[in-house]
Amino acid sequence: MPGHSVGAVTAQCAHFSEPLHLRSGGVLPAYDLVYETYGTLNAAKSNAILVCHALSGHHHVAGHYADAPNNIGWWDNIVGPGRPLDTDRFFIVGLNNLGGCHGSTGPSSVNPATGKPWGADFPMVAVSDWVEAQARLADRLGIDQWAAVMGGSLGGMQALRWTISQPQRVRNAIIIASAPKLTAQNIAFNDVARQAILTDPEFHGGNYYEHGVRPVRGLRLARMLGHITYLSDDQMGEKFGRELRNSSFSFDYDVEFEVESYLRYQGDKFAGYFDANTYLLMTKALDYFDPARLDGGDLTKALGRTDPKTGFLIASFTTDWRFSPARSKEIVSALLANGRNVSYAEIDLNFGHDSFLMEDAHYHGIVDAYLRNITL
Amino acid sequence: MTHTLGRPDFDVIAGWIEPGHRVLDLGCGDGSLLKHLQETRGVRGVGVEIEDANIVAAIRNGVNVLQGNLEKGLDEFADQSFDHVVLSRTLQTVRHTEGILREMLRVGREAVVSFPNFAYWKNLRAVLDGRMPVSEDLPYQWYDSPNVRFFTILDFDALCTQMGLTIKERRVLDEQGATVNAQDDKEINFLGSLAVYRLTQAR
Repeated sequence: MPGHSVGAVTAQCAHFSEPLHLRSGGVLPAYDLVYETYGTLNAAKSNAILVCHALSGHHHVAGHYADAPNNIGWWDNIVGPGRPLDTDRFFIVGLNNLGGCHGSTGPSSVNPATGKPWGADFPMVAVSDWVEAQARLADRLGIDQWAAVMGGSLGGMQALRWTISQPQRVRNAIIIASAPKLTAQNIAFNDVARQAILTDPEFHGGNYYEHGVRPVRGLRLARMLGHITYLSDDQMGEKFGRELRNSSFSFDYDVEFEVESYLRYQGDKFAGYFDANTYLLMTKALDYFDPARLDGGDLTKALGRTDPKTGFLIASFTTDWRFSPARSKEIVSALLANGRNVSYAEIDLNFGHDSFLMEDAHYHGIVDAYLRNITL
Repeated sequence: MTHTLGRPDFDVIAGWIEPGHRVLDLGCGDGSLLKHLQETRGVRGVGVEIEDANIVAAIRNGVNVLQGNLEKGLDEFADQSFDHVVLSRTLQTVRHTEGILREMLRVGREAVVSFPNFAYWKNLRAVLDGRMPVSEDLPYQWYDSPNVRFFTILDFDALCTQMGLTIKERRVLDEQGATVNAQDDKEINFLGSLAVYRLTQAR
């Protein structure tokens, strides 16, 4: 894919002092949202794209920091001049969602009422709360209507929620490797991940900050489990097979197979920087997401609240068994039943759920073709 | 003779579709027909296509396109959700002929089908000469053809009767895209290279 990186970027912080009433009944009296922008907002303010992050993502979508050239944004391969999210044409906004651990207000932030980290007292946040917070950030940036809201996985759920909760503010939604709600199997995986964290002796009911410890073992296990489900069986077979680190069996419990080494490395890396309470919150937001719930499970009725002028691009990956193509097609069918403008691509990529983060000429070609047709 | 996008059947199909209609184009390729219908007839269109490159091309053409396999049915579409369901030059590539025709008339009020006529005299002559036909409307060699069903206008008429489908209109074209006018069905079958049908079903 032609194009190049946006280069050095800087994060910004917006403080909001108007309380946010949450779906869970909780209230955030005030909060910060950390965000980055790439490209230039045009005079008509019609060229803005919101990129929503998934479980472990954040505001650093693209580029790098001048003082940390190796800290490259999580979706850098799709954003930049000449790339599908072309910063010569679009103004891209990425933020860290509420409850996150990368600068926006979350469980590790200080609760002004107590002077201590929120910890277990941080209220549960839902996808609809994130959309509300994102809408306030849009107001702050002077963006009345997004040219597109885009995301993969949990990010795609936010894009879908935007089209229902704020239909007039979204001209296009790009929903990749997502689902209209989680299956029982998906919730089950999330619960095992949560149990790993909740039963870690160093979790301390979520208030581990004041004990000067972190539930690293639980978080590490949660990430290892998650990671398995983000990859495809074929890909793991190709990448690791039954390769051993040494030439023969060692008959003990040390790292032996390459796949063990990989998973432990991924688990350790993640547990080293991510906040366990944020992980818990994000997985619950995934579990709760079900925009058709108030319509008795009727997704067609729920998506009837979208704007007839909103365009949809839905994409799935053939090897993604955690958010399978069938789940994306449920969204497509419900949109079709409402006569909405929708295109759907089923992309043959071998990286399972993680495919949505990969650089692939066909996949990026679809996003590029769709975005080029957006009139500003 | 010049035809829309070089496809004489597109002119016939476009002539049957009224402004503002809802059109589903099965095997829509790069979306050229839908784009043309959107621009000239203001239709609301959706295409179904299986090939990756065509999905990108159709999106680039500003057409709503869904990636899918026609052989697996049209489950994503509700009953009678389209005015016209188009299958242009694709029926001969579909294994489940009856299945796709039934599905077309389940999701649409009217099915519009075009296909190459195997009984066209040049095709017959090729076979008589000992070779499989290659023509304007059958442009493949036998070993690289996507076609899996070879049939004639008379064959298709008989299938429609057998399935209880009503042929609302039938237009038969020669290799230049001109309408074949003849009294006798056998003569039309002999002179026509491409046939275009409008089908309905009593509900």
